[in-house]
Amino acid sequence: MKEVLEVLSEPWPWYVSGPLIGLTVPLLLLLGNKSFGISSSFSHICAAVLRPAIPFFRYDWKKEAWNLWFVGGLVLGGVIAANVFPFSQDIEVSNSLKAELVNYGVTRYDTLLPTELFSFEGLGTLRGFLLIVVGGFLVGFGTRYAGGCTSGHAIMGLSNLQLPSLVATVSFMAGGFLMANAILPFILTL
Amino acid sequence: MSKGEVVAEFRKLTDTDPEGRAIDSGLNESRLSLPWWHDIKFLIAGAWFGLLLVKSEVISWFRIQEMFRLQSFHMYGIIGSAVLVGMLSLWIIRRFGIRTIYGEPIVVADKKFHKGNIYGSLLFGFGWAMTGACPGPLYAQLGTGMLVIGVTIISALAGTWVYGLLRSRLPH
Repeated sequence: MKEVLEVLSEPWPWYVSGPLIGLTVPLLLLLGNKSFGISSSFSHICAAVLRPAIPFFRYDWKKEAWNLWFVGGLVLGGVIAANVFPFSQDIEVSNSLKAELVNYGVTRYDTLLPTELFSFEGLGTLRGFLLIVVGGFLVGFGTRYAGGCTSGHAIMGLSNLQLPSLVATVSFMAGGFLMANAILPFILTL
Repeated sequence: MSKGEVVAEFRKLTDTDPEGRAIDSGLNESRLSLPWWHDIKFLIAGAWFGLLLVKSEVISWFRIQEMFRLQSFHMYGIIGSAVLVGMLSLWIIRRFGIRTIYGEPIVVADKKFHKGNIYGSLLFGFGWAMTGACPGPLYAQLGTGMLVIGVTIISALAGTWVYGLLRSRLPH
């Protein structure tokens, strides 16, 4: 049992976790005809909490409650991962990325997010504010405008051979490349 | 009811919806109305998926930076193999006419192209590279104890709300 826990506590290789992630598509369809997609949950929360005057959020969110249960499960999965199968050592980061990040004062690799950037203290700095608050805003705005995120477009949409999802996937990869290589290096110096 | 009837019903729903909601938010296709506790199975599915996201390091800000800088194959391997398995699964479901556990025919709505697929995705790409997380990982990161990600999630909710507010004025 101890050995099993040790193996599970290591990071799982891509060829194990990738196919398991792909199996979420049939799992949700079999459990009740649900199309895999996570960014919709933001919309359902807006619809549920704000009881809005905005027509876009005027729909029967209760019919989509499964999606909120699912994202609640994601949080729970994070809790289980961190407490039952915690990573036993520093996480893997490529040397070329390490060499780059050290210039911005990022030198710790014991958590999945650099604590130098993502923390409540970091929120008070300009770069922390940009990454956490502005970055989050772009994720919420962009995914809804795009009609989906990595799960809805890249995984579900491409699995279903949808051309709009291919366009979306190429576009968000392009946006990510541009941000990470051209803009982020500047933000990190702030 | 037959699969054709389910599709027709769904088309009617999307066509009569002026805001195109059903296309936008992937509203689900099931016509069953079940008591709330039936949704607990999605909590369990979500927990399993969240565990996967953590253990595969998909929620790692570093992994996302490596992906966008072409410094590691990891994320490409994960997304690529996930899509292949998803495609194969959908093919099998259609080929053998597999139904849900409640006996409903399985229907997946087509996505309709609009300009937001490009503009919105570009903006999401910016956000993905900044936060190092797409929506699923944000929830899982919060679960691992990174409480500051709660702020990111609230910002994402604000972003979604502002999109809803400005929707009619944006190019689609």
